[in-house]
Amino acid sequence: MSDKALDMTTYREEMDERPSDKLSPQTLLEMFWYMLLSRRLDERSWILHRQGRIPFHISGMGHEACQVATAFAINRGIDYVHPYYRDLAMCLAIGITPRDFMLSLFGKAGEISSGARQMPSHFSSRKHNILSMSSPVATQVPQAAGLAFAIKYRLKMGLQDPNDTAQPRLAITSLGEGSTSQGEWHEGMNWAGVHKLPFICLVENNIYAISVPVDQQMAVRNVADRAAAYGVEGVIVDGNDVLASYDAMAYAVQRAYSGEGPTLVEAKTYRPVPHSSDDDDRSYRTREEVEQWKRKDPIQRFQAVLQERGILTQEQLDEYESRARQMVDEAQKFAEDAPYPEIEPNLDPNSVYAPVEVD
Amino acid sequence: MAETKRMTIREALSQALREEMYRDETVFIMGEEVGVWGGTYAVTRGFYDEFGEKRVRDTPIAEMAIVGAGVGAAMAGLRPVSELMTINFAFLALDAIVNHAAKIHSMFGGQFKVPLTIRTTTGGGRQLGATHSHSPEIIFAHFPGLYVCCPAMADDAYGMIKTAIRNDNPVMVIEHSTLYQTRGEVPLDQDYLVPVGESRIVREGKDVTLVSFSKGVHWCLEAADILAKEGIEAEIVDLRWLRPLDTSKFIESFKKTNRMVVVEEGLPQFGVGAEITARVMEEAFDWMDAPIKRVTAEDVPLPYSREIEQMALPSAEKVVKAVKEVL
Repeated sequence: MSDKALDMTTYREEMDERPSDKLSPQTLLEMFWYMLLSRRLDERSWILHRQGRIPFHISGMGHEACQVATAFAINRGIDYVHPYYRDLAMCLAIGITPRDFMLSLFGKAGEISSGARQMPSHFSSRKHNILSMSSPVATQVPQAAGLAFAIKYRLKMGLQDPNDTAQPRLAITSLGEGSTSQGEWHEGMNWAGVHKLPFICLVENNIYAISVPVDQQMAVRNVADRAAAYGVEGVIVDGNDVLASYDAMAYAVQRAYSGEGPTLVEAKTYRPVPHSSDDDDRSYRTREEVEQWKRKDPIQRFQAVLQERGILTQEQLDEYESRARQMVDEAQKFAEDAPYPEIEPNLDPNSVYAPVEVD
Repeated sequence: MAETKRMTIREALSQALREEMYRDETVFIMGEEVGVWGGTYAVTRGFYDEFGEKRVRDTPIAEMAIVGAGVGAAMAGLRPVSELMTINFAFLALDAIVNHAAKIHSMFGGQFKVPLTIRTTTGGGRQLGATHSHSPEIIFAHFPGLYVCCPAMADDAYGMIKTAIRNDNPVMVIEHSTLYQTRGEVPLDQDYLVPVGESRIVREGKDVTLVSFSKGVHWCLEAADILAKEGIEAEIVDLRWLRPLDTSKFIESFKKTNRMVVVEEGLPQFGVGAEITARVMEEAFDWMDAPIKRVTAEDVPLPYSREIEQMALPSAEKVVKAVKEVL
């Protein structure tokens, strides 16, 4: 591995063949679809919050490209994913549905992670190997290293066939650049490096830790510059370019699957909306800055690429838009009509523990 | 008595911090979002422009460093106010709080002191889920070397901040996320302090003693109004400080009423209620006419969904019910 972070923007030009070149038109459209669906679902969530119908929303807007690229680069639904609260697009692409998300926003029975005990956007789904996080940030990173440790342990002990694609072969965690100031991040990264684990850390660098700009969070230019210090390969990529993000992630996945060790992928992106429904970003950044970034919107960029390549027609786009609206409408109605969780079982102290089986 | 002014707890905290910063240039504030944004609960709004970034520091997201660096700066002669956005994040700073801030004076045989103020926000009820809605004040009250106060009223919020900053020991000021808009009379006295470890009677009565702190005091006040309509006079003791714990007022009150309910937002096991009950057993057993009752959160991680969350938390109704059980 390199002692300097690899800048994918130049690296890609030197590649003989980019992994993203191998993606079929069908797959590219599917990626576009998830980005679009996520955006429309996210927009509706903001509206529902502003209407006072849900208590809280934390958004993944603007981050869709690197998230969907990640989902498509891994073995979706099998590899362990320990995401953070912005990863709506990633989780949709892995298998969480708009209905699941709406049930969570409304805190209704049937919510998949915990029957509406857990906060929205703290995604989890056992059947997709998506693991839930705690609200204090970066705390999922050591756990993700632990998941990767378990994979390596199972492989070494002969408990898992390395070619068995029905088993998780890597663990990926994601977080914002703000969270990389936490000790937990350092400890998890170091662990992954020391044990050369099949581990990927995706840093969705949106240049703000709520209101604190990146230059007040770290004295180095890139989060990925720190990777070398952990014995981890660092990669920097344009996180608003879905194909470049895919190339970076495919590279990291290949390293993990082949036992070459952990990779940190820093996706440079931006959050064009406030941190959550509880803050107003006008107090800490200019509208001009936000507008400038909106021009680099990942969905519009990908749309232009697909249209230019003749993969996406206007007709198809209209159909996607109408399907997304329909799905979001249906999901919202489903959640609004759903009952609230039963009270008694949720207040039972025994419910906190796994059932104990006594022989 | 000084003149008073009616203000919210938020305004009281803000005014106290501002006055202490003018009074002593070694006082500075650091934490996540405290500067440009003015604090998650808007307590330090305007401070960044008023005092500049030297004294109002936006930090990286690094709770251990926010407190740890506070401990260091305090040992070096400053009076830092380290702000932890919520008490849930204080778990990431536990070593700095428990093993350093609390123990340094003792471990160094008194050669160093740690005049550190740690401000944070506790409490549930806002649908923020299990890992974002803790009320774990007792964890900090467990350790000698720390002072822990929990303002329920605006005058206390004002005086506790001043007491904390001027005190030569580490003090945790644990505010409640749903009380910032609560109004009360605040003395117009820049040297108004709340004596360390002094509780107070916030309502007098003869039939039952309600012991609480923070948000719990407000549930008790609401319950006392309901009970009063039925001719039951509840006396309410606001502990104000969980460490040091003032036993005098609730023991005295118990000797008058002979019945007690302890109300807290935290979990039941090994909680404030357990401690208060033990103190009554030790100091006033002969005055007891009924078993002491506790009103606490249910013994589960606080759920997100609104209805279950509300049912999991204490309420005035639950306090009324408990009182009737001890009468």
